[in-house]
Amino acid sequence: MLITIQRKNQLMTKIKSLADLRKKKEDLQAKIALREKSDSPEGRVLVKVAMATCGIASGSKDVMEYIADELNKRNIDAIVSQTGCMGYCYAEPTIEVTLPGKEPVVYGDVDVKKADEIIEKYIRNQELVDGIIPVNYQTIENNKEE
Amino acid sequence: MATFMMHMLVCGGTGCRASASDVLYENLKKEIKEQGLQDDVQVVTTGCFGFCEKGPIVKVIPDNTFYVSVEPADAKEIVAEHAVKGRRVKRLLYVDPVNKEQIADSKGMGFYKKQIRIALRNCGLIDPENIEEYLAADGYEAMGKVLAEMTPEEAIQEMVDSGLRGRGGGGFPTGIKWQIASKVAGDQKYVVCNADEGDPGAFMDRSILEGDPHSVLEAMVINGYCIGATKGLIYIRAEYPLAIKRLKIAIDQAREYGLLGTDILGSGFDFDIEIRYGAGAFVCGEETALIHSMEGERGEPTFKPPFPAQSGYLGKPTNVNNVETFANVPVIYNKGAKWFASIGTEKSKGTKVFALAGKINNVGLIEVPMGITLREVIFEIGGGIKDGKNFKAVQTGGPSGGCLTEKHLDTPIDFDNLIDAGSMMGSGGMIVMDEDDCMVAVAKFYLDFTVEESCGKCSPCRIGNKRLYELLEKIAQGKADKEDLDNLRNLSMVIRDTSLCGLGQTSPNPVLSTMDNFMDEYIAHVEKDNCPAGVCKDLIRYEIIPENCVGCTACARNCPVNCIAGERKQLHTIDQSLCIKCGACLEKCKFNAVAII
Repeated sequence: MLITIQRKNQLMTKIKSLADLRKKKEDLQAKIALREKSDSPEGRVLVKVAMATCGIASGSKDVMEYIADELNKRNIDAIVSQTGCMGYCYAEPTIEVTLPGKEPVVYGDVDVKKADEIIEKYIRNQELVDGIIPVNYQTIENNKEE
Repeated sequence: MATFMMHMLVCGGTGCRASASDVLYENLKKEIKEQGLQDDVQVVTTGCFGFCEKGPIVKVIPDNTFYVSVEPADAKEIVAEHAVKGRRVKRLLYVDPVNKEQIADSKGMGFYKKQIRIALRNCGLIDPENIEEYLAADGYEAMGKVLAEMTPEEAIQEMVDSGLRGRGGGGFPTGIKWQIASKVAGDQKYVVCNADEGDPGAFMDRSILEGDPHSVLEAMVINGYCIGATKGLIYIRAEYPLAIKRLKIAIDQAREYGLLGTDILGSGFDFDIEIRYGAGAFVCGEETALIHSMEGERGEPTFKPPFPAQSGYLGKPTNVNNVETFANVPVIYNKGAKWFASIGTEKSKGTKVFALAGKINNVGLIEVPMGITLREVIFEIGGGIKDGKNFKAVQTGGPSGGCLTEKHLDTPIDFDNLIDAGSMMGSGGMIVMDEDDCMVAVAKFYLDFTVEESCGKCSPCRIGNKRLYELLEKIAQGKADKEDLDNLRNLSMVIRDTSLCGLGQTSPNPVLSTMDNFMDEYIAHVEKDNCPAGVCKDLIRYEIIPENCVGCTACARNCPVNCIAGERKQLHTIDQSLCIKCGACLEKCKFNAVAII
């Protein structure tokens, strides 16, 4: 089974209209804004693990479990979440780390040992670690001008 | 602990390393230490930037300066100027090939605009198992807007205006397809999502379903509203367990939130979605075969017309679209048909996702605007050919497509250009081949696949492809003559012209396109009994070169049939009568003493 962290288990209320939907979106947007602009007020670290078939086949499940456990053990306030394929299948498992107020950084070929290094060096001390994958695409958001 | 003020990212990809980026890395470190900046500036090696043509690359953060073609000797200047004085080293900046201007900030470079993620917009951004994240990323906004503010006719018109064409391979305009289905009368209509991705090496649909399942659900509801369907079916192969699991979670969550079911968002429109499993037959990607498979019949195609829009699932009007096509739909409504139509070429709008595979450095999933050239895809985004070998061909369109060669590298990729070049878009598999690939063997590989996957309903495909395969085998064994080459071509034409469905009509493409582009290789097999790439086992033999052999016994120890004789420090020999030509000796030899002859 996949592990899911931060899954909310509260009762849902149905969304009944477009206005409802938009309100809901506004409430939820803070969550994503943290990811897109990485200006988290609480100063939380966000770790996303690419968990598509390519990632899982290369061991991302163990890496995600390890990161979640270790961050907890080392008392680092962070959100670990899973996401889809970032496209860097040649360098799986890949993880994206967003430190508060910083641009997201993607690391490739992350095994447990590398994960430990990333936690200790990058997440704790903001010291970049070898193995960064440069992002080479545009999202539709930053394509707005065209 | 010091907080670094500046980072220098040095590319550590194969391409840049071949141009001494590792020495450059050491030099930068040394220079920084000499300047006493080791606590302020950090040097880091990274993965491939994909811009190998201009390697080695050094990127300086935080000002995003992008240096190209940096030599180890440039380290001193970069550190002295950029790190100490804060001035960019102008002569190392990237020069735009069009307007000849220097570009300092990597964000301004054309290269980084080469990939635009539309269908993959949320893959790698949101958690696919949490609907709230999708909602936060404009999820279901398009559906809400269409249901509340647009008539079905207006919504279809928007789709027509966008110019979106089916991403499953055929490239039929999606808006027109919807229009046709909307005009057919019927008490019950269906929307079907074709998630039967069968091309070997292609995995874009799987990635979308694994990374962003809600976008497909949202698009299906919109599609249902447009054509008047209240039921949606997703036909997915059972061999995609993770995609199925996430789809199920997504459907449950959407129902829970009232985004599927009755009276969606108070619009009075009902729509629900079910999953149907396929057994993974390639022919079931063809829409009529897919529909029969869902009905519980054999997965065999039937003649069109009638089209599924007239008589589809259970004889009712049905609209079938592919996963990637659907993934584009919500964005089109959110950002407008005009925006979408501004990307791409005149007749092919938007982007296309390709699964890059084969002998390429950056194997992976890319999304590029239509009209990009193969050169840009392979050498810039893909990071070039593995191990510095030479590019030979790229296979697009899977078993239905063909091989494109050097001369096609600068052709803009879109639906029509690829067909003109003797291949097709297909669903987006892109397999890159280098000098070590034999084109006869490649054609044989695809024919082997087609023979396996032919449903057997019509004889040209069932028998013809089998005969094609046998002819190719004969050529690969060096037993064929010139007449066989003519037969190969003639039979290919017959199969192409007389098969019932798309599978047979396109199955000879790998043969025809390799014959068109690499006839010399076919002739070498036939006339000289020689496989130029050294792949076809019956035409090659492994030999030990006496001058290079040091007698290390590595080959003899690894030979699975023990056909290599020789004592330590003595010359080894291969017994050709026992050799199975597995190539293990070639792989293990560290002294270049084994050769293919």
